[in-house]
Amino acid sequence: MIEFLQQLINGLAQGSIYALIALGYTMVFGVLRFINFAHGDVYMLGAFAGLYTAPKLLTAFGGGPSLAGATAVLLTAMFICAIIGIVIERLCYRPLRDRPRLTVLITAIGVSLFLENTGQYAFGADPKSFPEIVVDRAIEIPESWGAFSALTITVGQLIVVGVTFLLLIALRAVVLHTRLGMAMRALSFNPLAASLMGVNTDVVISFTFGLGSALAGAAGILTSIQQPSIDPLMGVNAGLKAFVAAVLGGIGNIPGAALGGILIGLLEALVVGYINPTYRDAIVFAVLILILLLKPSGLLGTSEGEKV
Amino acid sequence: MTRHPKILLFVALLACAALSSLAGKVSPYYYDVIIGIGINIILAASLNLINGYTGQFSLGHAGFMAVGAYSSAWLTLSFGYIFGLGTLATTTTYFLALIAGGLMAALAGLAVGIPSLRLRGDYLAIVTLGFNEIIKGVIQNAEPLGAQRGLGGMVQSTNFFWTFAFAALTVYVVLTLVHSTYGSGFLAVRDDEIAAEAMGINTTKYKVLAFVVGAFFAGVAGGLYAHFKQFIHPEGFNFLRSFDIVVMVILGGMGSTAGVCLAAVLLTILPEWLRVVDDYPWLPDWLRPITENRMILYSLLLIILMLTRPQGLFGAENLKRKSA
Amino acid sequence: MITPLLQLDAVTMQFGGLRCISDFSFSIGDGELVGLIGPNGAGKTTVFNLITGVYRPTAGKIAFAGKSVIGHRPYRITARGIARTFQNIRLFSSLSVFENVRAACNMHLRHGISHALLRGGGFAREESEIESRIVELLGIFGLTAERDVSCRALSYGDQRRLEIVRALATRPKLLLLDEPAAGMNPTEKIELMKLIRFTQEKFGLAVLLVEHDMKVVMGICQRIGVLDYGKKIAEGTADEIRHDPKVVAAYLGKESDA
Repeated sequence: MIEFLQQLINGLAQGSIYALIALGYTMVFGVLRFINFAHGDVYMLGAFAGLYTAPKLLTAFGGGPSLAGATAVLLTAMFICAIIGIVIERLCYRPLRDRPRLTVLITAIGVSLFLENTGQYAFGADPKSFPEIVVDRAIEIPESWGAFSALTITVGQLIVVGVTFLLLIALRAVVLHTRLGMAMRALSFNPLAASLMGVNTDVVISFTFGLGSALAGAAGILTSIQQPSIDPLMGVNAGLKAFVAAVLGGIGNIPGAALGGILIGLLEALVVGYINPTYRDAIVFAVLILILLLKPSGLLGTSEGEKV
Repeated sequence: MTRHPKILLFVALLACAALSSLAGKVSPYYYDVIIGIGINIILAASLNLINGYTGQFSLGHAGFMAVGAYSSAWLTLSFGYIFGLGTLATTTTYFLALIAGGLMAALAGLAVGIPSLRLRGDYLAIVTLGFNEIIKGVIQNAEPLGAQRGLGGMVQSTNFFWTFAFAALTVYVVLTLVHSTYGSGFLAVRDDEIAAEAMGINTTKYKVLAFVVGAFFAGVAGGLYAHFKQFIHPEGFNFLRSFDIVVMVILGGMGSTAGVCLAAVLLTILPEWLRVVDDYPWLPDWLRPITENRMILYSLLLIILMLTRPQGLFGAENLKRKSA
Repeated sequence: MITPLLQLDAVTMQFGGLRCISDFSFSIGDGELVGLIGPNGAGKTTVFNLITGVYRPTAGKIAFAGKSVIGHRPYRITARGIARTFQNIRLFSSLSVFENVRAACNMHLRHGISHALLRGGGFAREESEIESRIVELLGIFGLTAERDVSCRALSYGDQRRLEIVRALATRPKLLLLDEPAAGMNPTEKIELMKLIRFTQEKFGLAVLLVEHDMKVVMGICQRIGVLDYGKKIAEGTADEIRHDPKVVAAYLGKESDA
């Protein structure tokens, strides 16, 4: 039972990361109806942005790990990733707005590979050590909690889950209560009608990319707190799993992406804990294939038919 | 399309046999590149049937190649001398192993094609990628196939004749299929599935058939590869290998067999040429990333291609408009 | 009483909360030229989609030549003898005029994949037969000169005619035409109507025509059904329909009680 709870905790922390990345996939799909293959690599760039900016930022806040310093690193990485996302959209996807979806998909694959390989060239292919921005240690659970004291919960895990929660709330506020958020939702329902109602499509799409990329950047930093070893290809695996999460939740559906992320994280933890770590990736893929065959619209999504 | 494709095929096969003796005389390095060209032509032309002519976006072609490579390798390693030790005997086992590898790959094509039927564009691409990873994963866990260590020790039965004979055969099959009333089913599925169904075309049959035939030849290519390099490893059949083939199809122009064959030639030679250029001392430093890591060039090439000329070298013009 | 060629009984089509077609009953006999009219959004194309198997009705029966077509894939329904054109033209955009029609000949092929590959004598003969048929059809519709032209290069009117030729190539017993005259000028419309009548007589087809243009429909249809908001509000000859107050109201809005 304790073992199970432990896996749940681990899964929740990992799932939060997937949720943050999945949100980017789902929001972009919502407004553009296409899968941004390169999104996972923005997550990687977030981690590297943190790697290079952390030393200066931590020093500014008194040297060494600190809450203030960590927050600064997080926000900086989010900002940098937002810019990157907006630039990629502007250069590579916007010119292809009227083209067949296949063309954009292939371009996205190209961007992804470009980022990964340039990253390998620029940063070096070997893993780097992410600086300590918060002291990640296990939390002492008092003996008085009985069996629960055997659980391992780390500060890192708490931060990951906590920050994710805060970001989700912030996102919800933006999507539901700001005009840009409303424009985003309008675009995802009907692009033509939205633009006829005065929505500046280009601005909203840029905003969506920026928002999704910022969240991916945050995920990059949060993951580096728990696993300080980062490398230019870290976005491949995480990106794919986050994509499965987005599809599981219902692609285009924002709460679905968050839900999907958590579920995939939990599933992974259970597979690692109870079945066999080597099957971790294969099972996630199997989940993808199953959803697409059984309920392509995902858990919370609605299916769209083609007009004949 | 000529009126006498069979005659052309026969002539091509004769040419392969004739050139084969010449080919044996070039340096091992050039021989390697030439065989590589032949194998890539088979891969590109077969993927073109799935992606270009039938419009199904398959990102997992290397998976089929792997199935063919490992099946044929296992067969020759286990039963290589079942008919005897002489040249005729071993050639027969080699040929049969190649075909068997192709058939196993065709089965894999069936397994991938059927679930993929309900999926469009983006989703199909991801699922085929997933299948590629699954196939790789299965091989990595299969002891009789060498698992993570790879599989080696195959006899180098592949030569110029076999490679280019099968290349000619692949091109023949794809072209004759597509340029017939029977094959118009593929093109109709690509252009408009709903209209195709309304015109009495069983879209399921054609989609699955494209996968099966495409996979078969990828499997043969895998077998040729395995018996040339004499060592195969699961990582050699990963997404990046699939991507390589996809780039050939896109550069050549989806739906143009001549185009993809040309692209296969160009893109096989390109990394070699880059390697040569990289050695030039006068090469400016800012070009080094491109020559040292060809993936940077490939991905840039792909992006620029999609932005400026998505139909590739010889592809159909209508890729420029948004689909109806 | 002979079984009608196509029989719809109390067909209902519901998409989530929207009831597109309600309790629609209609029949078409062999060789009849029947029209289906109604204001925009009345559900006419939905009826086509139901008959051809693109949609599955929520309730009701659809039978062709006495056998139900519900639950079958569209290509099987086409094989039974129903062909259609589309409201928004759906030609095979990368193919030429000739190749578009050839795609529709695929379903009647006697030879299979092995013949396409091995190309024996049977293959050549059958391809040649197919070519003659296509040429004949193109000739009837005045598209002979454009046979190798990309279908995208055709004029709008020619594209619509090509869609009809393509549908005819499937050798249907019933032809469904979805607004075939849309976008044509009056002269072209008259030509088209003559062609449809000619085709119907020459090939012995039944035709179900959906159209907006009243003159077109009244001119050639023996019987007309009227749809409004998914329900059949009238059925009869052109004269009967023309004077039916429900029909007039549906198109023009209700007369105010002054």
